[in-house]
Amino acid sequence: MSLENTEHEEERSLVSYQSVDLVISVLLLLASLFLAWSNWKLGAGWAPDGPEAGYFPFYLCVLVALASTYGIVSALLKPRTDSFVSVDQFKRVLQVGLPSAAYVAGIQWLGIYVSSFVLVTGFMHVLGKASWLKSLVTAAIFVGFIFYVFELKFTVLLPKGPLEALILYR
Amino acid sequence: MEAFTSLLHGFEVLLTFNNVLLMMLGIVLGIFVGVLPGLGGPNGVAILLPLTFGMDPTSAIVMLSCIYWGALFGGAITAVLFNIPGEAWSVATTFDGYPMAQQGRAAEALTTAFTASFFGSIVAVTLITFLAPMVAKFAIRFGPPEFFAVYFLTFCSFVGLGRESRHKIVISLVAGFLLTEVGMDTVSGQLRMTFGSIELLRGIDFLVAVIGLFGVGEILLTMEEHLAFKGKEAKINMRVVLQTWAQLPRYWVTLLRSSVIGCWLGITPGGAIAASFMGYNFAKRFARDKDSFGKGRIDGVLAPETAAHAAGTSALLPMLALGIPGSGTAAVLLGGLMVWGLQPGPMLFVEQHDFVWGLIASMYLGNIAGLIIVLLTVPFFAAVLRVPFGTIAPMILASCAIGAFAVQNNLFDIWIMLIFGVVGYVFKKLEYPLAPLVLALVLGDKAEDAFRQSMISSSGSLGVFWSNSLVGTITTLGIIMLLWPLADSLWERFRNPASRQTERLNRSA
Repeated sequence: MSLENTEHEEERSLVSYQSVDLVISVLLLLASLFLAWSNWKLGAGWAPDGPEAGYFPFYLCVLVALASTYGIVSALLKPRTDSFVSVDQFKRVLQVGLPSAAYVAGIQWLGIYVSSFVLVTGFMHVLGKASWLKSLVTAAIFVGFIFYVFELKFTVLLPKGPLEALILYR
Repeated sequence: MEAFTSLLHGFEVLLTFNNVLLMMLGIVLGIFVGVLPGLGGPNGVAILLPLTFGMDPTSAIVMLSCIYWGALFGGAITAVLFNIPGEAWSVATTFDGYPMAQQGRAAEALTTAFTASFFGSIVAVTLITFLAPMVAKFAIRFGPPEFFAVYFLTFCSFVGLGRESRHKIVISLVAGFLLTEVGMDTVSGQLRMTFGSIELLRGIDFLVAVIGLFGVGEILLTMEEHLAFKGKEAKINMRVVLQTWAQLPRYWVTLLRSSVIGCWLGITPGGAIAASFMGYNFAKRFARDKDSFGKGRIDGVLAPETAAHAAGTSALLPMLALGIPGSGTAAVLLGGLMVWGLQPGPMLFVEQHDFVWGLIASMYLGNIAGLIIVLLTVPFFAAVLRVPFGTIAPMILASCAIGAFAVQNNLFDIWIMLIFGVVGYVFKKLEYPLAPLVLALVLGDKAEDAFRQSMISSSGSLGVFWSNSLVGTITTLGIIMLLWPLADSLWERFRNPASRQTERLNRSA
């Protein structure tokens, strides 16, 4: 969205817009066919008391199948040479994508407070190049703030893990 | 005058200390959400929705709608000072707003943007005040076929007015529909598309999807673009504000034109994004010296902001009167209403008199308060943007996870959010529009129910959608909307082959 960093445009492309467009269209086509079949099995016809459960979703799947077929055809007929994502861009996306996935996995075991603390500290220090002290303090303030707002002020109970059990906070 | 007395009553409901406080809080949060890339109107409202579960519905919706006004105001700050649209609807504001900031006229540009937003909103709220009760009265006569016809019209106008490829709009819309059908079928009790998974039994909550699509997806995009915030300073003082205000009456034609465009696109769900571009393009088309646009003209800021705000506000009219949101954020607000057991639509005006008029009154007050707050807090929010992204991003991520969890107190939902984040990223990059998906996620169930009920009553004949003049007109309008782009492109090609080319250039500029 920033219009200023034009010098990055020359970067090596990882994958072209057209290939991703095609792959997604094909995936959508396959998914819609699969779902159409699953709804057909359920009954996409007409029972004495009206349309069956699969009736509406079945025809929606047909619509997606038609639209994605159109997408495949038009992507093949009108090739676009521009890049979908460059190597550097994709690296940056992974830099935030992988920690996000780890964070979500962490929440399941450690609860939201500990995971958020680790996420904010790590992200600030590694990607934000902030000092350890600054990162730790910011993360602590942030976690304290969400605890105060959610748990105490609005009584929204968030998931907790072994650490909270250890200090006997339910 | 009935609307007027109801409105006065609404102010009575609204003006408690608690509600006014929540209003202020909502606006500040909203500006925050609007300023930060990665948090947007729909996403911000979705994350904060669980906070309001404990409040009474009127206070809750007042706060949420104020977040919405705040977000509309906030998008302009980053557009003018940083050349980064905080919201998609402020893209057109950057065209002239940023050049003005570069010339040292940032305060002037911001004052113009906020005042224009305010003006657009007030026009739209006035429209809602007088039109909504009439529409609601009319809509009480609606049965299932009529409701389905209105849903149909909504979906068709998305396809017809959207700026993306048609097949991508259709896919996005229908995918949203399909997602609402996951889980137990409410009519027959059969399980659909769950594939034996217990987690999918409950279906996919649209709030979780919204948080993933707009929140996580947006963070991935922002990270990829490697945004470095290099902004202009902004100090707004009273003198500049008054000077700018003194200039604005000169542009009354632009103000009115943009308001009308905005209201129209807000009610038919073209949305604020389309409205802002259209407002800008029209202002340019009617201007005497077209070349000075893009170099820092006041009406280049005025036109898109007025239109975007008018559209954003009037999108609430169909939501209140018919239960059909005119924009992504309105769809989330609608979901909020349903969480509190309020069924939006014509009956709301009869059964929840206090609630509806309290909300409408809050639109007036919220916008007045919003204008004042935003003028006072610009330097603060400009400073927020100088906080490095490495600090802000993990906090936004954590807020998204908390929001997704709190919707149903379910850990699995956080995974769903993450998946939708990736989908949001890929879809955004491939130019699939996300608003139709959100809209269909909210309306899917209701549209299916209305369709099945109509089908049962007509024993399977589609003729029921033309069975009387009312439903027939709406259905036909829907089909016209659907075919509109076809007619439009033929007409353009026939009339002036060059104009389309320049328009496309303007859009990509």
